[in-house]
Amino acid sequence: MAKAPAAPKFIGSPIKRREDPKLLRGLARYVDDIDLPGTLHMAIVRSSFGRAGIRSVDINALTDLPGVVAVYTAADLEGVGPVPVSGLVPDARVPVQPVLANKEVRFAGEPVAAVICETRYGAADAAALVDVDFEPKEAVVDLEKALAPGAPKVHEDYDDNVAFNWELVGGDVEKGLAEADVIVKQKIVNGRVVPLALETRGVLASYDPGEEKLTLWSSTQVPHKLRTHIADQIGMAENRVRVITPEVGGGFGSKLNIYREEALAAYISRDLGRPVKWIESRSENFLATIHGRGQMGEVEMGLMKDGTLIALRYTVLADCGAYYQYLTVAIFTLTGLMIPGPYKLPNVEMKVTGVFTNKIATDAYRGAGRPEATYVLERIMDIAAAEIGMDPAEIRRKNFPAKSEFPFATAAGLSYDSGDYAGALDKALENAGYADMRREQVEARKEGRYLGIGLSTYVEVCGMGPSAALGGQGWESARVRVEPGGKVTVFSGASPHGQGQKTSFAQLVADGLGVDINNIEVIHGDTDTVPFGVGTFGSRGTVVGGSAVVIACDKVKEKMARYAAMKLEADASDIEFAGGKVYVRSAPEKSADFAEIAGLAYSAMELPPGTDPGLEETHFFEPPNFTFPFGAHVVLAEVDPATGDVKILRYVAVDDVGNQINPLLVAGQIHGGIAQGAGQALEEEILYDTGGQLINGSLMHYSLPKAGLFPRFELDHTTTPTDVNPLGAKGVGEAGTIGSTPAVVNAVVDALSPFGVRHLDMPVRPERIWRAAAAKGEQG
Amino acid sequence: MEVSLSINGEVRSFDVEPRTLLVHLLRDHAKLTGTHVACETSICGACTVLLDGQAVKSCTVLAVQADGCEVTTIEGFAEDGKLHPIQEQFWEKHGLQCGFCTPGMILTAYQLLERNPDPSEAEIRRGIDGNICRCTGYQHIVDAIQAAAVELGKK
Amino acid sequence: MIPSAFEYLRPETLEEAIRLLQENSEEAVLLAGGHSLIPILKARLAQPGILIDISRIPGLKGIGREDQALLIGGMTTHHEIESDPEVNEVCPLLAETASLIGDVQVRNRGTIGGSLSHADPAADYPATLIALDAEFVVTGPDGARSYRAENFFEGPFDTAMEENEILTSIIVPAPQGKIGGAYCKAAQQASGFAVCGVAVTVMLSDNGQIEFASIGITGVSASPYRASGVESALTGQAPTAETIEAAADRATEDIEPIEDLYGSAEFRGHLARVWTKRALEQAVKMAGS
Repeated sequence: MAKAPAAPKFIGSPIKRREDPKLLRGLARYVDDIDLPGTLHMAIVRSSFGRAGIRSVDINALTDLPGVVAVYTAADLEGVGPVPVSGLVPDARVPVQPVLANKEVRFAGEPVAAVICETRYGAADAAALVDVDFEPKEAVVDLEKALAPGAPKVHEDYDDNVAFNWELVGGDVEKGLAEADVIVKQKIVNGRVVPLALETRGVLASYDPGEEKLTLWSSTQVPHKLRTHIADQIGMAENRVRVITPEVGGGFGSKLNIYREEALAAYISRDLGRPVKWIESRSENFLATIHGRGQMGEVEMGLMKDGTLIALRYTVLADCGAYYQYLTVAIFTLTGLMIPGPYKLPNVEMKVTGVFTNKIATDAYRGAGRPEATYVLERIMDIAAAEIGMDPAEIRRKNFPAKSEFPFATAAGLSYDSGDYAGALDKALENAGYADMRREQVEARKEGRYLGIGLSTYVEVCGMGPSAALGGQGWESARVRVEPGGKVTVFSGASPHGQGQKTSFAQLVADGLGVDINNIEVIHGDTDTVPFGVGTFGSRGTVVGGSAVVIACDKVKEKMARYAAMKLEADASDIEFAGGKVYVRSAPEKSADFAEIAGLAYSAMELPPGTDPGLEETHFFEPPNFTFPFGAHVVLAEVDPATGDVKILRYVAVDDVGNQINPLLVAGQIHGGIAQGAGQALEEEILYDTGGQLINGSLMHYSLPKAGLFPRFELDHTTTPTDVNPLGAKGVGEAGTIGSTPAVVNAVVDALSPFGVRHLDMPVRPERIWRAAAAKGEQG
Repeated sequence: MEVSLSINGEVRSFDVEPRTLLVHLLRDHAKLTGTHVACETSICGACTVLLDGQAVKSCTVLAVQADGCEVTTIEGFAEDGKLHPIQEQFWEKHGLQCGFCTPGMILTAYQLLERNPDPSEAEIRRGIDGNICRCTGYQHIVDAIQAAAVELGKK
Repeated sequence: MIPSAFEYLRPETLEEAIRLLQENSEEAVLLAGGHSLIPILKARLAQPGILIDISRIPGLKGIGREDQALLIGGMTTHHEIESDPEVNEVCPLLAETASLIGDVQVRNRGTIGGSLSHADPAADYPATLIALDAEFVVTGPDGARSYRAENFFEGPFDTAMEENEILTSIIVPAPQGKIGGAYCKAAQQASGFAVCGVAVTVMLSDNGQIEFASIGITGVSASPYRASGVESALTGQAPTAETIEAAADRATEDIEPIEDLYGSAEFRGHLARVWTKRALEQAVKMAGS
């Protein structure tokens, strides 16, 4: 395996981002900023019911409307393939999701017709005039009611609303529970939330009839997957479709999907021979972009009086929505894989029943299955600690595998690469001043103030590969080219959308080749330009994509050394790269700059023995295992039981993400993750009424965290590298989200412990808190 | 109807429908796409511009209401191609990730510092509560605004 | 989220505005700062044919002082109110309330007249203006007349104004003496609107008793209201913790709290009592200092 450079200059430095100036000046171009001549605008007519038959679609009112070019309904799209799904489990029922609903709509917001107009405003007017005659039907919303005998069915073709059954069993939970001194149980709901990338989805499709090529600009995390599937859906050859991801305004998993509107715009552009643009409105984003989470289950844990964990069982209903999106089913299985968390838990079992409901699909949202596992586990750990009268920090520490026990095989079947869980917890407790916090808590209660301390210790599975474990495509690609003039261009198959890899990948190459970072250009997100790639999700961009860059860089270096050896009359093994030049190590006065060497390689007048022309190398990096970042978060919160208000007073986090390429970007990822996780804990939840109407589908009603919700985050790290990749990096995109949700809820529940409260479902909004406190009253 | 306004110091006229939102005039008619649309309900602040020197949400202003006014968008915020100290500090402190909220956030920060040149952290957090960022958790944004206050104070 | 088409008129005088309203009363609506109206137009919850923009009419904007009162033009923005030195000196409670509305961008555009005319049952101003015993001056075809704040609101998004009338100014009395005021709000997490907003002014007599207490509550009921029961329980009493608590318990007397996403009726009633108590405590403390 290749090694990181011995004396890194850029790797590990908090370098400010190279992608920022255009973003700061308003010169970056997101999908809606791309302006092609002759562009038509698409507006979607959507279901206004959770479940309804479609009697007719009347477009007569549009006949004389100026600017209306076409209206498409399901009947016009018979050749267009359904929305692609992936990551299924055996025996899953897989409903076909057409790009436009035909006879029945199954969630509020489901597309029924596409209106094409010369202007954006005209398209909105026209869509409002399409008259769909719906026949409302009883909707399936609640998970338990969905499974009750005689419940209405989301899909009439199936016997019931069960989407799939899946279980993961490690050890013998029944036996474990029988042996345990104490068994704790809790029903836990992890409601639906919206990923809410600030830039909504959007697509611009442009078919060139002369070239017979389709170009699709899409706000996506997965350009190559999109190309493959769109080509398939509309019946084009994959190599006649080009997908470009321009600037992407956040994804958080929501853009790791192939959506109906992408196929619609692509098909219609080809049909009409003109560019077609669709920009999602925020209300559409609430209705028709995937939601995250959506689990309702019961956890049961057996332990000994001394705190030793014996067995855990999590039985859960999973809210799939009406159809699957790309990874709907797979997300729930990730929960199962991580259910033992960072603890030695010899017996685990997770049983999932996937349930169809009349809602948009759930799918990957930052953390994607792991926050759900961590939340369940960290809640039941606190409940168990209270039950046996042990400090929450102690019960956690007691059950960690020791540093020497890694790689650590879990009962769920994974092998954790490396870890020092106690080290992270101890550091977090020290930074928090945990003992003082507990004293402060006692003092405050004497004054009638309710402080709570919430802990969470987590481990997550990251760096998605390897391929075999993912059901394919767990690798990532990169190509590194030394240009004839000596500059370096990096082409990455990953497709970042805010993570800053134009900077971090340049850092890798700058150290790898010993060149100044300003001589490096990083290109991504254009399927005609970069090598075939996978995408950015599951905290894999740097871990897998960056590893591909490093190895491609090493390959170029090796070749360059051969040209340098020829030029400098030295042995290739004696060539060193530094300061933008190549040197002979044993005779440093002999050197050449990159342009000279590249000139030789591209002119190819003379070739080193066994060496081809050019200085360009590609690598597809296949990781041998996942990576497992971990950490410990400590929250101090004050709760006002009379009003239900919560104030987070301190937030202390210690995260171990292995080696850090750019600590500034790492901190940014953790901050953002903490905020998102805390948002779910305190404020965020999607609500449907019994008819399947989304009732808080706007930012006027659905609360996102604002700056005032948080104190200054106190971050720190331990560093336990992984040997799974040449960087020693574990990934950081999701860590904060995974750690923060349970830490915040645990703090609130801890604050309410004088009232005998042992659990509250999220979001712990004021009324829930007040009710819990008022119902029980202070118990001394 | 005809709307005439000064955008980033240049007086321009447009023939628009009365219902045209200021943000669409800027983006679709004036072709200045640095101002973004994100929530459409005047909550998120991505569409913030300065209207006669005041930060406003341009998705909740009709273009006709801005007739005769001065508008500053993010494109006009850097002077002579040199980043404004607020932009500079957002860069230094990593106050942006996906960048979508950034133009609005910067113009709101400008308003905040213009009215309160030496704000406390709490005042900054409150001062930007009309701007949502989903990426940063706000801490680096707060850092950037604090640092910009220091830089501007030196001038 | 694009409004349906409408015609836009921008009268230059109040008389012209009223005439335009009369001529188009079927299909015209008034536009001030637009921060209540434009979101409704964008969601196409309303599709008026004509918008009459009154925001630039001279004389409708600005803050003046008349004897013992502030005179605030209907088109004055929330920011102008929160930052006005005179408002801060004479009536800090009003400045404080304005500063808690929405966010800075909203306060830069939104107007007091627009907000009050819109009559959102969760808006902040009504509680404070009831507590301050403000008068709302409206002007119509037959000239001007005024309403006491507490008589102005008739239900969600409904006021006592007649068709073709415009809310032109707000008169806020500013009595002298040992006065204290407070506005306490439990806010909707997403929008900042009040789930429960309680505004209090109290005046203490020289012997430390409560000369009068005036309490306005918003967000709790279909319309903002004056908590008369609380007031009468306090008048002439010494402001002890027991008296305040007992009085605050009457905050929802004769009121039917509403129920929505942000709170049940029971929770709202509870919040009204808790925040009335806390606002009274703050106001009494301020009056005594």
